[in-house]
Amino acid sequence: MNDSRHPAQQAADPAEFVRVSDVVKIFGDTVAVRSVNLSVRRNEIFALLGSSGCGKSTLLRMLAGFEEVTSGQILLDGEDITNVPPYRRPVNMMFQSYALFPHMSVEANVAFGLKQEGVPAAEIHDRVFEALDLVQMAGYSRRKPQQLSGGQQQRVALARSLVKRPKLLLLDEPMSALDKQIRQKTQIELVRILEQVGVTCILVTHDQEEAMTMAHRLAVMTDGQIVQCGTPQDVYAFPNSRFVAGFIGSTNLFTGTIVVDEPDRVAIESDDLHRPLLVNHGVSEPLGMQVHVSIRPERVVVTRTPPTAAHNWGHGIVSHMAWMGSYALYQIRLDAGKVVEASIPSLQLAQTDAPGIDEEVFVSWDADSATVLAS
Amino acid sequence: MTRWSWRRLVPSQRTLAIVPPFVWLALFLLVPFLLVLKISFADLNFGIPPYTPLATFENETLGLSIHLTGYIRLFTDSLYLATYLNSVKMALITTVFCVLIGYPMAYYIARSSPRVRNLLMLAVILPFWTSLLLRVYAWVGLLRNDGLLNKFLLSLGVISSPLEIYRTDLAVYIGMVYAYLPFFILPLYANLVKMDLRLLEAAYDLGARPWQAFWRITIPLSRPGIIAGAMLVFIPAVGEYVIPELLGGADTLMMGRVMWNEFFNNADWPMAAAVTCVMVMLLLVPLALFQYNQVKTIEHGAKGRT
Repeated sequence: MNDSRHPAQQAADPAEFVRVSDVVKIFGDTVAVRSVNLSVRRNEIFALLGSSGCGKSTLLRMLAGFEEVTSGQILLDGEDITNVPPYRRPVNMMFQSYALFPHMSVEANVAFGLKQEGVPAAEIHDRVFEALDLVQMAGYSRRKPQQLSGGQQQRVALARSLVKRPKLLLLDEPMSALDKQIRQKTQIELVRILEQVGVTCILVTHDQEEAMTMAHRLAVMTDGQIVQCGTPQDVYAFPNSRFVAGFIGSTNLFTGTIVVDEPDRVAIESDDLHRPLLVNHGVSEPLGMQVHVSIRPERVVVTRTPPTAAHNWGHGIVSHMAWMGSYALYQIRLDAGKVVEASIPSLQLAQTDAPGIDEEVFVSWDADSATVLAS
Repeated sequence: MTRWSWRRLVPSQRTLAIVPPFVWLALFLLVPFLLVLKISFADLNFGIPPYTPLATFENETLGLSIHLTGYIRLFTDSLYLATYLNSVKMALITTVFCVLIGYPMAYYIARSSPRVRNLLMLAVILPFWTSLLLRVYAWVGLLRNDGLLNKFLLSLGVISSPLEIYRTDLAVYIGMVYAYLPFFILPLYANLVKMDLRLLEAAYDLGARPWQAFWRITIPLSRPGIIAGAMLVFIPAVGEYVIPELLGGADTLMMGRVMWNEFFNNADWPMAAAVTCVMVMLLLVPLALFQYNQVKTIEHGAKGRT
């Protein structure tokens, strides 16, 4: 960690291909980014996830070189790029609005970066068409950007940002200008292209589904800080705070006090439930401390018969049921008034005699499904 | 059937909207121009009006007399040809200087913060609040041999004898560039201020240094503004009368002055009309180019929106 301040000594560690150390950005009297630390592996697709104003775009713009870093350091492949101007960074960005040059053809747009580099004309032509082939836009090389659909413009923008073979590719809200119907298809397609090319990529998004679909790892940001960083699966299964639990997917939160504290399990007494909550992992909080427990709706089991376990269940009535296509979302009002959400796959609903509205039910889950949130 | 024909008699709203400007143009542009065109084919006549009628009806004969005197003189007397060439030359040089001075000004204003921007634009427009004549007279006071500029330079000791600027072509250029500069800045500013600055970031991102991005992105994208501004300077500058009359020497040949002389000093209406008609033809070419450029930009913009 300490030798990161001496780039000359640092070998390009593949786990720290991009290294952001203590980066701060202050605009006037507002702090946009407060002390961010981040490592991105070589050829990894990494997502910065957060709502608008959380500092994720400012961080991206500092990586591109459009904003100066107030303090801190950015290393790329072992090289300090903190104060390198954008036109000398081996970093390319795909802009949210694509920012295609309207007075140039598709071919000239993609060739622009190579021309600036002084690449010979014949090589430019080959590389431009290689990039356009990659995004299946070679047939549109003579068109002007405004003659293309949004999806086609995005492909050209992608080709333009990949053609210089950057060490780091930045994607700013890559799907925000596309219709919802083609988004998911495009996300998978984009990941396929990025993995085929083998490029390290940092993308910024406010859409948690987009981040989970595309990224190998993601960082959740709020208020200029990273609150949690990990694989989509880990962050989803083990959110470290109520903020992350609520931001990534929906969740049921219970508040209670720790009554049993063992190294590999804790029991928590909550006023909302008949039985204490049992969680299959240890916590750092002491006995008697008030904590929050998160249980994802798909982990909640709805039954008519009372569960036999001594923990992790409650009693209530079905207050609402929404059919979502592939699953149904149940809202169950517990006796104490708390509403618990449970999502049940359609297949299971069809095979069993599913409870209907106003029916008395029991909700339960196993100890592996619950997570204690530190904050 | 009847309903259909009834509908055809009522003009559509689109037609109604187009009618007023067309009537305006016909009444105040086309009719006067046709009158001038008529006079240009007449002959000088002492009386009121001071030109011969184009058509006469005498002794059951319809006489149509088209005099080409004016036009023949135009193309044979080298004075007129020299005047045309000189007017175009002076207008061109004025336009070039307006581009060279006006582009950096418009660029700087467009890239300033919105508050500063409005203040600077006000400064550009402010001179219009006084009459052009007064402003040109002010230049006389500045440029005269015993004017402010010479007095200032003499007192500094930079020059030992006054600079002879007043009553030369240089004075005309100074006056014309001064008077027409806002006409260049306004359309160019309007173009530059709405440019998407992310395009410049994209250019930097792709390896362009700031001046390269300026040359390959800003300049091409501001071309419609440059052309519109240059046309707004060039077209009126060709026929400019006031500035060469007040600041130019006796040898400053410009079409506006020739027309004035023919009309008021020689009272030769047909000749003046012929000079005018040829000038209009001369200006129609750049005007047509201007119009073509405008239409193209509008179509371009419309395509961009879909």
